[in-house]
Amino acid sequence: MEFMGYKRPNGKFGARNLVAIIPSVVCANDVGQAIMAHTKNTVGFYHHQGCCQLPPDLDRVTETLIGLGSSPNVGAALVVSLGCEGTDHERLVAEIRKTGKPVDIIRIQELGGTSRAIQAGMDAAQRMSMEISGLQREPVDIRNLVMAIKCGASDSTSGMASNCVIGYVADKVVDLGGTVVFGETTEFIGAEHILARRGRTPEVGKKILDIVDKMEERARSLGCDMRKGQPTPGNIAGGLSSIEEKSLGAIVKSGTRPIEGVLEYSQMVTDQKGLWIKDSPGREPEILTGMAATGAQCMLFSTGRGAPQGFPTMPVIKICGNPNTYERMQFDMDLNAGLIIKGEKTIEQVGEEAFAYMLRVLSGETTKNETLGYFGSMDILPIGPVI
Amino acid sequence: MEKNLALKVSDKDNVATIFSVVTANSEVEVRDKKGHKEIITAFDAIPYGHKIAVADIAVGEEIFKYGEEIGAATKPIKKGDYVHVHNLDSMRGRGDLPIKKRAGE
Repeated sequence: MEFMGYKRPNGKFGARNLVAIIPSVVCANDVGQAIMAHTKNTVGFYHHQGCCQLPPDLDRVTETLIGLGSSPNVGAALVVSLGCEGTDHERLVAEIRKTGKPVDIIRIQELGGTSRAIQAGMDAAQRMSMEISGLQREPVDIRNLVMAIKCGASDSTSGMASNCVIGYVADKVVDLGGTVVFGETTEFIGAEHILARRGRTPEVGKKILDIVDKMEERARSLGCDMRKGQPTPGNIAGGLSSIEEKSLGAIVKSGTRPIEGVLEYSQMVTDQKGLWIKDSPGREPEILTGMAATGAQCMLFSTGRGAPQGFPTMPVIKICGNPNTYERMQFDMDLNAGLIIKGEKTIEQVGEEAFAYMLRVLSGETTKNETLGYFGSMDILPIGPVI
Repeated sequence: MEKNLALKVSDKDNVATIFSVVTANSEVEVRDKKGHKEIITAFDAIPYGHKIAVADIAVGEEIFKYGEEIGAATKPIKKGDYVHVHNLDSMRGRGDLPIKKRAGE
């Protein structure tokens, strides 16, 4: 089983060939956006972190940006540094450079301000964009795939249709020797005993229970009922009454194979195969970032109420479980799993359609959100406060 | 008139999910995965994707979907009642309640 991808110097394969603009701190975002606006084939990671945070968070921001820049979907990277930020922008450049792809950095304060930084950045981005533009796709065995999975704006159809479709594809990718990563630790609460039983070893099972305990303790520490936060008002309007109910539907998307281990939020997949958990929240901007930093070439995203957004460097395939939402939002939804609810198709039929569509997307076909450019909102999840 | 259909996922479940818009006092056909059918009268209007009780549930008793606990009843629930946040309470992530052990402990 193959898709057509871009071979990177480090032996990884990309589904996209983009120049990533990477601000090392929120204060560099405007310069990055100006460069992106004038240079073909560029995308940006406009996060809101990188300074006045505790050291573990500064490390996490640096490492997440390293993961994003190292992703095989990124052909070249331009780091935009202000100069006085808390992230380690020199390490960021050095680590991405280890992948062998073109990398450059501009420093706004050192260059003499905004206009000069934009000029230098445009020159660098133009050069790298042209440098990688001639690269051709080649056949790639699916064992090189890292597939991320996620559900968002869920309703009661998610756990009965669209997540079942993703579970089907997840099992298939694992069986073909690929890597699958799922997360949303908040949405394990109430279903963690099922996941823990699927741990490859008792240690993996215990780790799953530990990350859920930590996430639940964070929610409990505010002394209130977490409803409205999780499940969201939209989930509740869609028929999900409690976090337990949401979680039991959410974990269906992980399929049925053993869980090999737990990755930290900013951790990249190096040579891990099979099904993995990424310790991550449910909210889209932060989990999509964490999944892209894993090195995932694409994401299957299940929804019931209609979540439209994607991610700058990672194609996101929207699989809609609610047939009414699909009808209303068909210019945002890639696949209609609502036909399962209507009894017109089986999980296996829509699962095979999703798998075939994913191979086409990995080979260059653009998804709906990707075509619309609906992928600007992203962020990195901090552990501690902004200080 | 189109039939009101509901799906019960596991034999253990005391609620089923409705995939139509149900008006009060109408009949709902509850199906399980084995194809068994039971007609239940819905006492309340129930929105698309929401739950109907398929058994009587006492206050404090656990509510099951997918064969797993999704919360507990806060009011007496009769077979045919609409089940949602007005009569089902989450037992997890609750800073306002004593610690609830996870399922299976």
